[in-house]
Amino acid sequence: MVLSPSTMAAVRKSGAIPNAEFLLTAEGIRKEFPGVLALDDVQFHLKRGTVHALMGENGAGKSTLMKILAGIYHPDQGEIRMKGVDIRLESPLDALENGIAMIHQELNLMPFMTVAENIWIRREPKSRYGLVDHAEMNRKTAELFERLNIPIDPRAEVRDLSVANRQMVEIAKAISYESDVLIMDEPTSAITEREVEHLFHIIRDLKAQGLGIVYITHKMSELFEVADEVSVFRDGRYVGTHASSEVTRDDIIRMMVGREITQMFPKEEVPIGDVVLSVRNLTLDGVFRDVSFDVRAGEILGVAGLVGSGRSNVAETLFGVTPASSGSIAIDGKQVKIDRPVEAIRHHMAFLTEDRRDTGCLLILDVMDNMQVASLHDQFVRGGFVDEKAVARVCRDMAGKLRIKTPNLYERVENLSGGNQQKVLIGRWLLTNPRILILDEPTRGIDVGAKAEIHRLVTDLARTGVAVIMISSELPEVLGMSDRIMVMHEGRVTGFLDRAEADQVSVMDLAAR
Amino acid sequence: MNTDMLDKQAVTAPVAGIGKRRLPPELSIFIVLIGIALLFELVGWLAIGQSFLLNTARLKIMILQVSVIGIISVGVTQVIITSGIDLSSGSLVGMTAMLAASLAQTSQFVDRAVYPSLVDLPFVVPVVVGLAAGLLAGVVNGTLIAKTGIPPFIATLGMFVSARGIAKWYTKGQPVSFLSDGFTFFGSGLVPVVIFLVVAVIFHILLRYTRYGKFTYAIGSNMQAARVSGINIQAHLIKVYAVAGLLAGLAGVLTAARAQTAQAGMGVGYEFDAITAAVIGGTSLAGGVGRITGTVIGTLILGVMLSGFTFLRIDAYYQEIIKGVIIVGAVITDVYRQNKKKKKV
Repeated sequence: MVLSPSTMAAVRKSGAIPNAEFLLTAEGIRKEFPGVLALDDVQFHLKRGTVHALMGENGAGKSTLMKILAGIYHPDQGEIRMKGVDIRLESPLDALENGIAMIHQELNLMPFMTVAENIWIRREPKSRYGLVDHAEMNRKTAELFERLNIPIDPRAEVRDLSVANRQMVEIAKAISYESDVLIMDEPTSAITEREVEHLFHIIRDLKAQGLGIVYITHKMSELFEVADEVSVFRDGRYVGTHASSEVTRDDIIRMMVGREITQMFPKEEVPIGDVVLSVRNLTLDGVFRDVSFDVRAGEILGVAGLVGSGRSNVAETLFGVTPASSGSIAIDGKQVKIDRPVEAIRHHMAFLTEDRRDTGCLLILDVMDNMQVASLHDQFVRGGFVDEKAVARVCRDMAGKLRIKTPNLYERVENLSGGNQQKVLIGRWLLTNPRILILDEPTRGIDVGAKAEIHRLVTDLARTGVAVIMISSELPEVLGMSDRIMVMHEGRVTGFLDRAEADQVSVMDLAAR
Repeated sequence: MNTDMLDKQAVTAPVAGIGKRRLPPELSIFIVLIGIALLFELVGWLAIGQSFLLNTARLKIMILQVSVIGIISVGVTQVIITSGIDLSSGSLVGMTAMLAASLAQTSQFVDRAVYPSLVDLPFVVPVVVGLAAGLLAGVVNGTLIAKTGIPPFIATLGMFVSARGIAKWYTKGQPVSFLSDGFTFFGSGLVPVVIFLVVAVIFHILLRYTRYGKFTYAIGSNMQAARVSGINIQAHLIKVYAVAGLLAGLAGVLTAARAQTAQAGMGVGYEFDAITAAVIGGTSLAGGVGRITGTVIGTLILGVMLSGFTFLRIDAYYQEIIKGVIIVGAVITDVYRQNKKKKKV
């Protein structure tokens, strides 16, 4: 229905809602980027007072659709209606004024400004003289935080906040717009279990107030815990919408991938060999202390712990990124000193870092450049010159083995999906012929299909005798893949669990003590 | 690790081949170069009834003028690829020109500025000293940036000021003249052009086909990722700035040799010309992107414009104004290119 501007204004003013069933609808949305059809005739209907989850593999089009609803992208075709009235969204500001707020996956806060300044930017309360009224701003922030039960000082500078707290500030900021629709793009990817619980609490409150919440996630468990409805997308197309109480986990996976994934965690019992890596009393002052463990050939050692427990720091120290203050590392029983990554590589260690964008990908370089970079220290180089032919050959083979989806090896990595970027990075490390493989969040933010492939790959590597250390925030992943689990809490190892005795409860018990 | 065990999964390998590299990005800049040259040709015939291109003497002067800039620009290009910047090269030209020239003075000239009782030295000595001084300054730049973590802009700004100071202090502002034939040979005829081309070819190969080059791009693309991949960032940055200093030293030697004299004010503004040439040639100030072929074309564009303005008898003041516009225009193009790439993703 298209109304004349004057009718529309009258409708808005009266608060009458021509189509009361849906708060926000989008129909026939099409969006093309150069060379990619990101969305093809996609629809979306959001009811008031519900949480509507969006599921789909990376590249399925969820984020693109949400960016259209938030006014960041403009659709090539299609109609968007807010409370039954056609709207056009030319900018994020338009979206906010139409009552649509979005919490982005990437954090968009200004680090050198205070929490309050970040939240009220562009809407700062003014004093009589037209200057910013900081006292009033801090008071309003404190009020907002109290309502949401967030214990953060409004006057703190954002750069001093933990990632999890920054995420909470983002959420509070979106809520402060008092909008009708709140879009959350993977809001739990950086926060701890306890904060997730807290967030779900907030979501339920907002729902009760009649807001419509769009919730993008990769985590199946969250879907069933918080969502009322779920829409699934695949390859830029709309697959279907269901009440979340009427579908099972397997149904959704089937809709997402268009094929059956019989086993999520293809753990195999493989013969476990001698101790390869032996760590004793490893300490990094102020971060973690007295970390001791052994990893054997063919073994997968899972590392669990809440965000901030020091898990990733231990990995960084093992690999020489931040050298240890004290403690010892032995490989094959021989003491080694690793205070630079190149030394770790020479000892056949490999380290897939937690943050693909910040410490992994060379985004503007091509697939081949990305894959070869860690191997050039002692392979493929003669007299300083890189043997391009040999590199091309092994990279092509590796890309084939890992089933990396890319037009060719000269494609920039930034044009690949998250799962394929991750595979490129795994390829980078496999080319170094590792005997000890450290994986930090190997499947974070990647789709179900790629996840299963990476799990299978890790199992295969363990079978060939690689010692694997796998850090993960996803408990099912740690429980499903590990032979043994090391649990950390506030910089200390709180315990080890064998595969047989480990379950969610026993791990969380050690992680949260 | 034995990767063979994965073979069975490779049945449906989605990567058919390595693929072809895309068209070189330099092609568009090359077309711009041709376009500008033809424009001057056209305006030349219309306005003053002369040919711009069919004049060997003019072309020779033009290419000689930009050869020195080109040599500096090659060094600056690899600095910019690491997402750094080098503001010191113009001052280093002045400093190394003075140092080299002071050791190349002939003993027939009684009023020698620096070393009155110096015997005639073979040309190798001033050349090596000039290069070594540039290299040393580059090492200082690189060490400051790598070890203290101060921004490259600041470190090289310091060198920009100090090196010019050294150049002036060295002879208390006096020019250094009467240089030996062996030394001035390097500035005679088309020797600077040949040296520029040799430098360009060497660094093209170095950046494209060696580990040094691969690591340079990796650092500029993502320094943290490069570090985790085992690259020694500090050592590499020192090398990159040292090379930039060395090439600025070479430019200083050639400048003095060509002028057959050295003055403390030599090379003023060269650092910006060199950065301009690199950026026109497609080097991204954000790092990770840039090629020597582009820089060479960028240098030629700069040369054609300056030569064209002189040809059309455009006043020197206007030339400077337009040069400023070109610098900003080139950076706007760079930003536009970056944004276009981002939008595509």
